[in-house]
Amino acid sequence: MLDKLANLDKRWIFLMMLISVSIPIFIIGKTGKTFPEVPSKLAEDTFNAIEQLNEGDPVLLSFDFDPASEGELGPMATAFTKHVCEKKLKLYFMALWPVGPQMIDDNIAKVIKSDFPQLVYGEDYVNLGFKSGNEGVIKVIVTDIRELYSTDDKGTNINDIPMMKLIHSVQDFKLIINVSAGYAGTKEWVQYAVTPYSDKIQLVAGCTGVQAPLLYPYIPRQLRGLLGAIKGAAEYEALVVENYGGKYPDPKYLEGQRRMGPQLVAHILIIILIILANVIYAFEKKKGGQ
Amino acid sequence: MAAIAFILGGGNLLKIHLKKVSDQGEGWAYSLITLVAFLATLSFGLFKIGVHPNPMYADFPWSGEYREMGSPFWWIYEYAFKPLTATMFSMLAFYIASAAFRAFRAKNIEAILLLSTAFIILLGRTFAGVFLTSWFPESISGLRIENLTVYIMSVFNTAGNRAIMIGIALGIASTSLKVLLGVDRSYLGSGEE
Repeated sequence: MLDKLANLDKRWIFLMMLISVSIPIFIIGKTGKTFPEVPSKLAEDTFNAIEQLNEGDPVLLSFDFDPASEGELGPMATAFTKHVCEKKLKLYFMALWPVGPQMIDDNIAKVIKSDFPQLVYGEDYVNLGFKSGNEGVIKVIVTDIRELYSTDDKGTNINDIPMMKLIHSVQDFKLIINVSAGYAGTKEWVQYAVTPYSDKIQLVAGCTGVQAPLLYPYIPRQLRGLLGAIKGAAEYEALVVENYGGKYPDPKYLEGQRRMGPQLVAHILIIILIILANVIYAFEKKKGGQ
Repeated sequence: MAAIAFILGGGNLLKIHLKKVSDQGEGWAYSLITLVAFLATLSFGLFKIGVHPNPMYADFPWSGEYREMGSPFWWIYEYAFKPLTATMFSMLAFYIASAAFRAFRAKNIEAILLLSTAFIILLGRTFAGVFLTSWFPESISGLRIENLTVYIMSVFNTAGNRAIMIGIALGIASTSLKVLLGVDRSYLGSGEE
């Protein structure tokens, strides 16, 4: 029996993972119920950084991710957009990743056009689009945004956009919200925007699970809040829904919390597999010793 | 500069894959697929094929947006690029599970410490952490799994990462200094320090 388990074909493990992820997706999809989330201090700090801004304050949302990490970062991008809209802040979208504009389009369609149709493009929100150059872009726009952005994503002259009149550089934004899947992303925003202008630029971020440990050293002075992976998204979502979701929140604002179900079962499966493998290892070692 | 880099990158991709197709070596069909996908996506985006003109500039056929909904470029993005990249990323879960079963062994004290930390983080990043230890009295609430997770991330992880970052920065500074002072000339190809 132990020999069989020790040489278990990896396809059985793949099948177990498939089942353990599919069942919670099915159950949560059917019932709509999710696990309760207790927001951590980091999620609260992120929420409060946006919460303390005043109506009309300009906020830069840099969506530096692509469809590969949409499963992990999409829910927090949606929650960020909703929160900023609820607070009646001015939204300036941009991207350092080539497919970032599509992520911005998705969010504008999903949140702004659907739930905040009163917001006017160019007056309440603007999409500045993608610029290549990674940290080079940050380095330039941190002192002069017009040096790189002469038009918005649609090709409209930046000087013809009413809400751009008061914006000359990144230092004019009250807060930068960065959703990042890697390079260029949060680390570059910290290094090239926040660090040289720490008295003027504030940053909160949402990132993938593998990035989060690398960003902890910047908390709290260079990074006011951080949402790590889907867990961070679920905690922040819980805060946004609690404060702005109403009695029956739209399921699109609960996506992070819904995705915690499959994550729970997948993590438990991994733990069981590790324990099982170590039990086999211990028995084999004992047998070998005899 | 970025535009020129794109041209160079595209040219390089064409050169490598055209050679593979022309040699008909192993896996040449994949190169052919890469070439077709690259050229089709580039043409649809660059020439705005199937894109309607912007209503504000109706007389200019190229005034529409290349990623307009329903356009071929949008179609490629929505139904090919998006599911393919999402699939690649989600396959990680399967490989992690398989690797966890085959590689994580409690062979010594260090490995046991690593495994214990991994268990705490894995449980602490889900509702299981709260469920298992929420009954702990307030006096020892720091031992609740979700609190231990935060502690590990913000103390041990931060300290380790800061040490690595400072080490890298000092290494870069000392290497730069050696190059600037002419102590290290290996970059000139002499092979000597």
